[in-house]
Amino acid sequence: MPESSAVAPQYASIPHRDHTAELGMWVFIATEVLLFGGLILAYLVYRHAFPQGFAAGSRHTEIVIGTANTAVLLTSSFLVAWAVEIFSPATSKIVTWLLVGAACLGLVFIALKALEYSGEYDEHLVPGINFQFAGPKANGVQLFFIFYFIATAIHALHMLIGIGLLITLAIICRRASTKRHHTALHSAALYWHFVDVVWIFLFALIYLPGRSTS
Amino acid sequence: MTEWRPPIALVGAWLALLALLALTVALAYLPLGAGNGVVALTIGTIKAGLVAAIFMELRHRGGLTLIFAGAGLFWLGILLWLGSMDFLTRT
Repeated sequence: MPESSAVAPQYASIPHRDHTAELGMWVFIATEVLLFGGLILAYLVYRHAFPQGFAAGSRHTEIVIGTANTAVLLTSSFLVAWAVEIFSPATSKIVTWLLVGAACLGLVFIALKALEYSGEYDEHLVPGINFQFAGPKANGVQLFFIFYFIATAIHALHMLIGIGLLITLAIICRRASTKRHHTALHSAALYWHFVDVVWIFLFALIYLPGRSTS
Repeated sequence: MTEWRPPIALVGAWLALLALLALTVALAYLPLGAGNGVVALTIGTIKAGLVAAIFMELRHRGGLTLIFAGAGLFWLGILLWLGSMDFLTRT
């Protein structure tokens, strides 16, 4: 298939089309930055109001799972960046496996997250369902866990969408890999790396505070 | 044979990210008072910068892409700045 026929009339060339796709992805990511930015602003306001409660809530999160999940996600991003870098019709087999590997790491992340949620349910830390916390810090801890569940659930939803994208691209690469798919892969990769960046900040805000005090 | 190995920059960024993760977890247990939060967010920002520059390839991109990528940060800055003005300055 000649590549030129793939260019819609609004584009002057293939690089023009690909660059436009990349800029569009960055505009989308800007809207996502503001979605998570609003949550983080709410976190900062309530952490400022309830510093002790937020530290106590943070100490009740599973830092081992959180740290493992961060490593899993960073590695998954690395695999996707590797796939983008070496992408060509000749390497389609390796690219497919890299994408499958990245998607599997995404599923590991979701599985560990589910394990964490079930532990928090058992400890009566889920606001609105079974929240129980004794002592004067209870209000702050509850606000912390409201943020925790909303932020991590929205993040997990983004993960599921990303896993779907990676699997779709792996199937496409396996069946009929052309240069054109590099743009699609690059756009999906930008999204996957962005979800990784969000997690880097959620990790710092959720798991790390209050560890040096008791 | 077509090159399939990952570029050294990608491997380096990945290892650096894992090292920074270990560092930030270790430092969280040091009693630094208010410094703990600053350290955690500083290391988080460095990690995000590595992902953006190397995994998201911004280091190879021109001014237009950087403006588009920076737009989100610009508006986030306004959101956090004006949003925190009120409660940080209350007496």
